[in-house]
Amino acid sequence: MTIWKRLGAAALVLGLATGGAAAADPDPKNWDAVLAEAKGETVYWHAWAGESRINDYIAWVGAEVEKRFGVKLVHAKVSDTAEVVARVLAEKTAGKTGGGSVDLVWINGENFAAMKREGLLAAAPWSSALPNYALVDTAGKPTTTSDFTVPVDGLEAPWGMAQLVFYHDTARTPDAPKSAQSLIDWAAAHPGRFTYPQPPDFTGSTFLKQMLYELVPDRAMLEKPAEETDFDAAAAPLFAYLDKLHPLMWREGRAFPENASALRTLLADGEIEIAFSFHQTEASTAIGKGELPDTVRSYVMDIGTIGNTHFVAMPFNANAKAGAMVVADFLMSPDAQIEKQKPEVWGDFTVLDVARLAAADRARLDAIDLGIATLSPAELGKVLPEPHPSWMVRLEEAWKKRYGA
Amino acid sequence: MLRLAPPLTILVLIGPVVAGLVGVALPAFGYLPVLGGESFGLAPFADLAATAGLGRSILLSLAAGLITTLAALLVVTFFIAGWLGTPVFAVLRRIVSPLLSVPHAAAAFGIAFLIAPSGWLVRLVSPELTGWRYPPDFLVVNDPMGLAMMAGLVAKEIPFLLLMALAALPQTDAARSAHVAASLGYGKTAGFLFAVFPRLYRQIRLPVFAVIAYASSVVDVALVLGPTNPPPLAVQLVRWMNDPDLAMRFRASAGALLQIAVTLSAIAVWILGERLVARLGAAAVASGRRGTADGAVRFAAAAAMSLAVAAIVLGLAGLAVWSLAGPWRFPDVLPASFTLEGWHRAAGTLADPVAATFVVGIVATLVALVLTLACLENEARTGRDGGDRSLLVLYLPLLVPQVAFLYGLQVLFFRFGLDGTLGAVVVAHLVFVLPYVFLALSDPWRAFDRRYVAVAATLGASPARAFWRVRAPMLLAAILVAAAVGFAVSVGQYLPTLLVGGGRVPTVTTEAVALAAGRDRRVIGVYAIVQMVLPFVGFWIALALPAVLYRDRSAMRAAA
Repeated sequence: MTIWKRLGAAALVLGLATGGAAAADPDPKNWDAVLAEAKGETVYWHAWAGESRINDYIAWVGAEVEKRFGVKLVHAKVSDTAEVVARVLAEKTAGKTGGGSVDLVWINGENFAAMKREGLLAAAPWSSALPNYALVDTAGKPTTTSDFTVPVDGLEAPWGMAQLVFYHDTARTPDAPKSAQSLIDWAAAHPGRFTYPQPPDFTGSTFLKQMLYELVPDRAMLEKPAEETDFDAAAAPLFAYLDKLHPLMWREGRAFPENASALRTLLADGEIEIAFSFHQTEASTAIGKGELPDTVRSYVMDIGTIGNTHFVAMPFNANAKAGAMVVADFLMSPDAQIEKQKPEVWGDFTVLDVARLAAADRARLDAIDLGIATLSPAELGKVLPEPHPSWMVRLEEAWKKRYGA
Repeated sequence: MLRLAPPLTILVLIGPVVAGLVGVALPAFGYLPVLGGESFGLAPFADLAATAGLGRSILLSLAAGLITTLAALLVVTFFIAGWLGTPVFAVLRRIVSPLLSVPHAAAAFGIAFLIAPSGWLVRLVSPELTGWRYPPDFLVVNDPMGLAMMAGLVAKEIPFLLLMALAALPQTDAARSAHVAASLGYGKTAGFLFAVFPRLYRQIRLPVFAVIAYASSVVDVALVLGPTNPPPLAVQLVRWMNDPDLAMRFRASAGALLQIAVTLSAIAVWILGERLVARLGAAAVASGRRGTADGAVRFAAAAAMSLAVAAIVLGLAGLAVWSLAGPWRFPDVLPASFTLEGWHRAAGTLADPVAATFVVGIVATLVALVLTLACLENEARTGRDGGDRSLLVLYLPLLVPQVAFLYGLQVLFFRFGLDGTLGAVVVAHLVFVLPYVFLALSDPWRAFDRRYVAVAATLGASPARAFWRVRAPMLLAAILVAAAVGFAVSVGQYLPTLLVGGGRVPTVTTEAVALAAGRDRRVIGVYAIVQMVLPFVGFWIALALPAVLYRDRSAMRAAA
């Protein structure tokens, strides 16, 4: 491959010019060496910063890793993770093979698939060799090893579980629709009071996939890349459904909110009556902040809802790999996972196998009050796995073609 | 030394833009080896042309560029024409000037909250007058025609054009022209339009072009108020640039070139319009009509100006209330309770971004000011102004939409290992700060009556002494306004800071946009106010200083 040769040559030139800065990657199996190397390093963690409570949690992580391991953590605030992918690509374009600006990135799905495909990630397997990875519930939470069906292969470390959860104000909307058919019936009776974020927003695209699950002729198709199936036939019922739904929606489907946060704001303003989010504790947290009334409750669809895992990954040219590994490992530690699950902190569910935790940690986890509007694991019901990432891409394209002109 | 200024300025202006353009032009024609594009071709353009809704996106961008600029210029012109020298003018001007420092995104969020069906205006009259217990389902914000977006842009560009016009006005001899026109029986508006406007327009023509270029490629305002489906072209471009599917880079690069073409077309249409207006204007002058019955026109101009001011001020007031709000539900006019939590939360994290914003802004502004003054002084002494070609150079960063060349610029900085440094961010800001400073300063500077310098020379002053003792002090007001504009431009920069700073030089604006993704109006309110206060300090100094220094020299308080 000539591209790689050329890149290699560029890297060599750059390496010579900078005095051969690129040292061998730290080996997580020799954890003491990693800890020693990490001490004093500064880790630039590029993470979506659209929720202040998540930013506060990341600041807490920074204080902890500084105290415990002498690693300085800087939260590079990002409004769209794809920007980070683009950035690492730009660095690769410029031949910057070491000393990159991104040490750690909060990532999953499409962005992970793109970075993996383009060879933008640090050599594997590092994440599965981290000490705390042994506690991860890989059997009970298969999405920790298969990110939107793309094998994780030790390229990213899981740190949270997300599931699509709907919510509504029971004082205004006593009965919420829990299937595609009941949703459209409800929308017909309440015109202008339902909408979804505009694809390709992540949550909006997830809504399409959620509806696709109910409407697709054969669900097994979704596990395979969309190219290998008859996409048009698979998606036809979904688009027929949307054709009918849109005129019944908020602004008659002529405008869409930007993302899940905008959707929540619309519900808070009373413009719509049903919203949804990828945070299981979204409603409880918003109630706690006074943003939503305390009569809001969460629910899931009768067939279950789509769930996934979110990860942190290391770019191939990360500057502080040892420090990044220490941070990634700390994120999977019981202390960090328990703190994160508190709804007043974030309310993001753990990736760990609760049964494998020490008794004291388990007790701490059980003691967390998930909030008035949060569903219990039993109520959350069946988690539908993410379709192959190609479905999201094809759905977004088809949606744009149909409704974007 | 002075002779080095023009080439250095050209390098600062052209270098990054050209490098950035090469960086997008290559992929636009299919060449980007890292992504497997190793041969040249037109495939990216074919791909671009096949994009659903592209025609509409282009139309939206063109319309936004032209309609916004026309509306803002009309309001500003007729307001000055009808009210210059009146108490109404003085009052409104004092309110309008600081509005220039309001960042576009903050103004847009404020206006969105004002006019939305669940917004402040509806809340004021609901449910008492309307009977609405829940917000009505009206398509006001994000309308497919982009009317809300254009309204927001007009409101935000009016302060810019007004301030530019005011800075140039002293050079047009407006007061005496108005007296002469009045003595010949012309109405206030007609007299100004016939006698002063042609001179004034020549001086603000460049800022007008900058407004066209800006409005036709705007991203942040369009994201908040604009149509979403399809969005204006520049928004579409940013989406492609950020698409996780890296192959979209090719389409994005082709789109970047298209955006340039769209912006240039808008300016070309405007220039044709200028000719038409000039012809109509000449006919109107020749008709001899005095236009004495201009009461309705004057009223409309003042009303439009007040409306624009009210939209921004009320919008910001809404955000200010939000920054202190506890629960605040429709249709309550005010929050159920107030809390300082948003400010407490922000206080801990604001220090670094504020410091970075000041450092970058002040350094970039000072460098821009030094280069601009050196160029202008060199031009004054040698009598060579570089002509149209230097104008094109100056205009490049303002006419080439940011989104079109910043990605290529980013790659350039990696090459030299400069990305993520404060210096690199200053350089990137300078690309945008320098033209605005130059534009703000060059017209008043060139219109300066050279006989003052000639008098100084005949009295034995060296060129340097004439500069320091005569020209610079007499133009102090213009210099300070230019510096304030430069600082405000720096504070408002989002994409350059983000791309070149790599998230390592967070400024108030990058933080604000990152946090705005959460749509939490409390957080947006806090940051909008901080974002606004910073440049406001600059403008306050620019307006206050000449008034203090020259309190006994009324003719030298020019820009004030």
